[in-house]
Amino acid sequence: MFSNPSYTESPLFGEFRRLEQEFEELLTGWAPWTGGIRSLPAGTYPAINIGSNPDSVTVYVFAPGIDPKSLEVSLQESVLYVSGRRDIPTDQNANYYRQERFRGSFRRVISLPEDVDPDKVEANYRDGILQVTVQRRESAKPRKIEIH
Amino acid sequence: MSNQTELTQSKGNDAGNARRFSNAEALLRPAVDICETGEGIVLQADMPGVSKERMNLRVEGNNLMVEGSIGIAPQEQMTALYADVRSTVYRRSFSLSNELEMDRIEADLENGVLTVRIPKRAELRARRIEVAS
Repeated sequence: MFSNPSYTESPLFGEFRRLEQEFEELLTGWAPWTGGIRSLPAGTYPAINIGSNPDSVTVYVFAPGIDPKSLEVSLQESVLYVSGRRDIPTDQNANYYRQERFRGSFRRVISLPEDVDPDKVEANYRDGILQVTVQRRESAKPRKIEIH
Repeated sequence: MSNQTELTQSKGNDAGNARRFSNAEALLRPAVDICETGEGIVLQADMPGVSKERMNLRVEGNNLMVEGSIGIAPQEQMTALYADVRSTVYRRSFSLSNELEMDRIEADLENGVLTVRIPKRAELRARRIEVAS
């Protein structure tokens, strides 16, 4: 129907896509957490999930196609900073029908619970996911009180 | 992220609300780049978290079905603090046209990026014609 390959870049279709995303969010259930002050719109590359258990907090950064050496990951107090760049070469001799994958530089700032210990961080990158695990401070962990 | 299913389902009892999908039904639609050269079509899809074993790429009739599931090692007693990604299955399909050779599809997967190359039938490839002088 649309023969012009650049229609995906026109602002009108950007609005439709945003509407489509918001409908999807409505129908797939709302998030039971308040949006962080530093949070970005859903669908931003890279996507992030954060899980926690009594001993540690784990951040999953969905960043496919990245050279892990070019990723900058740092933890300051309890704020995690992840930044990097993804360049995808464009073939000049090809016709592009879709270019949905993100290209360019990115930066995400994530507030973690305050009891994380910045000296106990491990990170690894596998199958396009950067997994960062931070241990919680020992002194902050709940201690069971025995009743005699 | 198993706790997320419980959170979504417990809210589904509110009267008059839109039907809510549990995590098991929701699917992720991977972002793709598709381009065509003289040789054929190249499709690249972002599917972070999918390893070769969990990738399910197949041709059904004239359709290319791209499907993969995310394999994150489950951790003990984990609760979700935040989630942009609320499902573990990517799925998207594309209808192919007759000039493509389904039998010679090649695919590779690196760092969560799936690259699929579908050549055109040999006789239909763009061919440069030499002009005799």
